[in-house]
Amino acid sequence: MPKTIFLFFLLCLSFATFSQDYTNGGTFTGNIESTFQYLNNDSIIAANQPAQKGLINSYMNVFYTNKNFKAGMRIESYLPRIQGYPNRFDGTGIGMRYIGYTNKLVDITLGSFYEQFGAGLSLRAYEDRALGYDNLLDGIRLIVNPYSGVRLKGVYGYQRLSFQQGRIIHGEGIVRGVDAEINFKEAFDSLLSDDWDFGLGASFVSKFQADNDNELILPQNVGAYGGRFNARYKKINLNGEYILKEQDPSNDNSKIYNFGHAAIFNLSYSKKGFGVLLSGKSVDNMSYRSDRTKDLQDVFINFLPALNKTHTYNLVATLYPYATQPLGEVAYQAEVLYSFKKGTLVGGKYGTTVNFNFSTTYRPTQRTSGINPLDSTGVTYRTRPFEMSDSLYWRDININVTKKFNKKLSFIFSYFNINVNNDVAKISNDASGIIKAHIGVVEGSYKINKKHAIRAELQGLFVERKNGQTNDKGDWATILVEYTVSPHWSFGFMNQYNYGHPNPNLRVHYPIITFGYVKEATRFMIYYGRQRAGLFCVGGVCRFVPASNGLTLSFTQSF
Amino acid sequence: MKTIAFFSFIFVASILNSQEADLNLKKLPSVDLRDLKGKKMNTSTMGFTGPVVISFWATWCSPCKKELNTIHEVYSDWKEETGITLVAVSIDDEKTKNAVSTYVNGKAWEFEVLLDPNGDFKRAMGVNNVPHTFLIDKDGNIVYSHNNYAPGDEEKLFEEIKKLGAK
Repeated sequence: MPKTIFLFFLLCLSFATFSQDYTNGGTFTGNIESTFQYLNNDSIIAANQPAQKGLINSYMNVFYTNKNFKAGMRIESYLPRIQGYPNRFDGTGIGMRYIGYTNKLVDITLGSFYEQFGAGLSLRAYEDRALGYDNLLDGIRLIVNPYSGVRLKGVYGYQRLSFQQGRIIHGEGIVRGVDAEINFKEAFDSLLSDDWDFGLGASFVSKFQADNDNELILPQNVGAYGGRFNARYKKINLNGEYILKEQDPSNDNSKIYNFGHAAIFNLSYSKKGFGVLLSGKSVDNMSYRSDRTKDLQDVFINFLPALNKTHTYNLVATLYPYATQPLGEVAYQAEVLYSFKKGTLVGGKYGTTVNFNFSTTYRPTQRTSGINPLDSTGVTYRTRPFEMSDSLYWRDININVTKKFNKKLSFIFSYFNINVNNDVAKISNDASGIIKAHIGVVEGSYKINKKHAIRAELQGLFVERKNGQTNDKGDWATILVEYTVSPHWSFGFMNQYNYGHPNPNLRVHYPIITFGYVKEATRFMIYYGRQRAGLFCVGGVCRFVPASNGLTLSFTQSF
Repeated sequence: MKTIAFFSFIFVASILNSQEADLNLKKLPSVDLRDLKGKKMNTSTMGFTGPVVISFWATWCSPCKKELNTIHEVYSDWKEETGITLVAVSIDDEKTKNAVSTYVNGKAWEFEVLLDPNGDFKRAMGVNNVPHTFLIDKDGNIVYSHNNYAPGDEEKLFEEIKKLGAK
């Protein structure tokens, strides 16, 4: 059994390191996280007590390196999984494992690995444990550095789809890919002055999945390929990537035979005290999975970043988030950050920072004239990169001002104006059309003395009425107070209040208390209270978490 | 089951081993990252002369920004007194990675900033969540680390840095 062999190998290593001189014994790093929940019934928020009452998620990573050798593994355990975690996670077992060898020329990994080509539009294998997202590749990866500034990568493997009865379940299709990149500055040292930096890259990815369709002839091998560049002149940066995807009829795109594309560019300029960023993105028919029948966040080969700011205040972050529509969108973003100098009128004694951000997303133009969607080509529309219609998917205008008044007291004032098209980017079952929300947040921090500090947030969220009716769940308010004693203790209280709900019986409070203890790389947290149903997002990837009421304990340790 | 016995053994072995490693100090894992100017840097041989603070952060992480902005205000004093270099490793992925230079320069930070868009270095360092700060002595050993940030934590970090100078 290959697994046993691997374990045996790792075991031998452990012994080997014990018997060696410690300075040559290699290094172990890793981490542990365990989250336990005890949940109650709470009918008003539709929270149910699971039959087991107690739920627990745990994992531990161990990474070992010794000179040129590396090995690592992760053991995961879901007994059963905590609420809102993907529903096909159960049991205890090895969720990731690899061995590898690295020197100056090559870096080879066998087993599980994470990888990203360029901006990830063609391939990105990554994990986010908090989300339960893990699309690692299981197979082989070879990285070659033949020449300074040149890097070649090759990957071959099956993706992790889920984790059942303590075993990795793989996606059905195999994924292959190569990537090459050159950094001209590193390759030709004398060619460019320090003012310049220039690089090019290209990638080719292909997946194979057998055609098991009775009616259609499905392409079994589907490629995605393209190039990228990055350029810097002094303080100006420009980078972009374009990926074309071959015909890939899938459940996502209702089995059309269109090609797909994804394009992204970023232009930025920044100097001391000022930064500006402009980004644009065009996506069409770009859902690329190693199994054409899957949905949600399963076995995505590529990554389509959402072009909007990742918010942190709970109402704006979890009620109205946005994720890329892989079937098609055109998006733009602008971000400006300016710090008023200390000693000026606005800057005051400690300086003042203003941050403005604008992002918007539209449906692409899809031309259907002259196209018979039922003909044998299977092509249902035509489109061009960055050609957009006037159908809005998302718009976010936000500004925040950070101001420190004296050594002890500082404030952050924020305003967000969010429009999200709930018919397309569905985030609520209670809303229709475009949800228009205004959110205001005041956050104050006061440092009582060297170790004690208190922080408070007041948040209000106001949803515009639609045809005289309350849209979605109406207005919300949040209050949060947090008291910390450095370097170990924290105490917090938060209440979210849905005071504007159209049904007076559902104007619910969601109070929660938190307690935390941190010692160096060890952290214990206790939460008790109500948790609102909502989308939990990390970096534009979201999962739905149902409402709950109860106790959560979490423990993390790094080593 | 036999497999479970294996698991527990490895678990114990690695815990024991990591404790031994703690006593004998741990070196930094080797990962290639790029800075904001596009320059490649290997994390195991960063090439700074004095001690180094590695702080994992993200543009979407408020406590991270609070920590780094607080240190920013005293950074020149810290540098002068202890020769410390702070390396702020951003774990922003492609969604927010391009906003890192906007933020860093807009805030006029003078830290070294590295980008870790696919979390390779974060994973190798065993970081569960950000902020997470490590102190590395001049020989490249990890001597102190702290998860989370509460106001005042920076003073504890500075004490640890000063201890290194006394050695």
